Amino acid sequence: MQEAWTLTKKELQSYFDSPVAYVVLSIFLLLTGWFFSNGLFLENTASLRSVFDIVPFIFLFFIPAITMSTFAEERRAGTLELLLTMPVRDWQVILGKLMAVTLFLLVAIGMTLIYTFAVASLGDVDFGATFGGYLGLFLLGMTCGSIGIMASSMTRNQIVAFILGFGIIFVLYLMDKVTAFVPGSMSGAIQYLGTDFHYQNLLRGVVDTRDVLYYFSMTAFAGLVTMYSLARRPE
Amino acid sequence: MIEVQGLTKRYGSERAVDGISFEVKSGEVLGFLGPNGAGKTTTMKVITCFLPPSEGTVRVNGYDVRTDALEVKRQIGYLPENTPLYLDMRVYDYLGFIAAMRGVASDRRDGRIADMAEVCGLGSVLQKPIEALSKGYRQRVGLAQAMIHDPEILILDEPTTGLDPNQIVEIRELIKAVGREKTVILSTHILPEVQASCDRVLIIHRGRLVADGTPQDLKDSFSGGQRVRFGVTAGDAVLSTLSGRPDLQVIEHVTDPVGETVFTLSSDRHDDIRPDLFRLAVEHGWTLTELHRDQANLEDVFRQLTAA
Repeated sequence: MQEAWTLTKKELQSYFDSPVAYVVLSIFLLLTGWFFSNGLFLENTASLRSVFDIVPFIFLFFIPAITMSTFAEERRAGTLELLLTMPVRDWQVILGKLMAVTLFLLVAIGMTLIYTFAVASLGDVDFGATFGGYLGLFLLGMTCGSIGIMASSMTRNQIVAFILGFGIIFVLYLMDKVTAFVPGSMSGAIQYLGTDFHYQNLLRGVVDTRDVLYYFSMTAFAGLVTMYSLARRPE
Repeated sequence: MIEVQGLTKRYGSERAVDGISFEVKSGEVLGFLGPNGAGKTTTMKVITCFLPPSEGTVRVNGYDVRTDALEVKRQIGYLPENTPLYLDMRVYDYLGFIAAMRGVASDRRDGRIADMAEVCGLGSVLQKPIEALSKGYRQRVGLAQAMIHDPEILILDEPTTGLDPNQIVEIRELIKAVGREKTVILSTHILPEVQASCDRVLIIHRGRLVADGTPQDLKDSFSGGQRVRFGVTAGDAVLSTLSGRPDLQVIEHVTDPVGETVFTLSSDRHDDIRPDLFRLAVEHGWTLTELHRDQANLEDVFRQLTAA
């Protein structure tokens, strides 16, 4: 566990040592700020709803961008060999990377707390829904992060990793919106697989274990696939 | 102590390593020699637990790479081929990161980094980002990284590739110094390197072991006889006398205007033929001007063993 945390710190350090973190964070704030102030000033609603609605959409692009290098770059540069010949288990390496991505997303999400304080100072905040929303963003971010990492572990090309990660995250995001096209008997299952379906549940301010469990099992599944693709070492 | 038993590694249907067995004793510096693509790197990757063996067993200090990979990894310091490094990190941070991952206690890390900086000559670049370093310095960072946790065994894959001659000498000196205390396996396709730094040499070709011994053993057993340059000032009688001996072949002879003739002789005898030649000259009253035996070198051995 100690080793995973060491790796997490190193990964975070390299995000903040490079322009990546600052570009991503400023654009993230700019976009969420735009949607928040639209609601606030144009529609006169002191609500975080517009922010919570737009973030999953931003994640769609940002998470693959953050995660595309996690393993693809290590594979390309040969540092994967260095990492995997250290006395750590493969899953600790994956966990370390996932924690770094998740913590970075938490920083981004945390910055939107400014909007929460703004709303709180102007009107009533629905604490249940806000808590559910933040919890949802955290779980969604972690899940999409693990999928991005999984995509990155399959290739040595960062662009391929980005497209692959984006594709999978996008399909999962759309899953509950295409139920009209599948046979009725399957629609429940298809809907259940969608990331947005569970996010919308949490947004209502109801924290249901099933939703939380969904995100953790998706993350675990992506982690397992990542372990499998790391075991298939480059030749 | 490393024991490799019947190691085979397949990539698809191709056998990169084909039934290799050898042992490395503690404190030995072993040179792994072979043409490019012979299976040196693959063997090292199996020993360091990066690749699983297809067949056979590999044990490091008694730990099996299949069942005790974590223990095996703890015993080993590894410099992979082409020295992969996190280029965006500063040398100090990088070594600190590796030390932490390698389980060096946090209060000992600074001390270890300082030691490594001294051993590898990194003192002046500790605060620089690795991407700003020359190839030679990067190689030293790679070596420092491999030794930071003070492992018993060092595995170095082509540690001098891409360095200039001065840097090569420096790195070799470093390896020699390290090799006095540790078990070292180093791979190379550069022959003088083995002669310069290794106690023992394995030559590997197309995934198989073709030779195993000290550099001197290999030279002795594969020299294919000896070559001697023998210079005398005397008449034409010398040639006929030499040609008459059954244990000698005259390969060529060159006479210069002053009257000195230099013969290049070869012999299949394993003992030194120079004393005989000296006595021959004394007997016949020839004036001896040159007597030199060419050392068979590893290069000959290597070519002989790995030629198509």
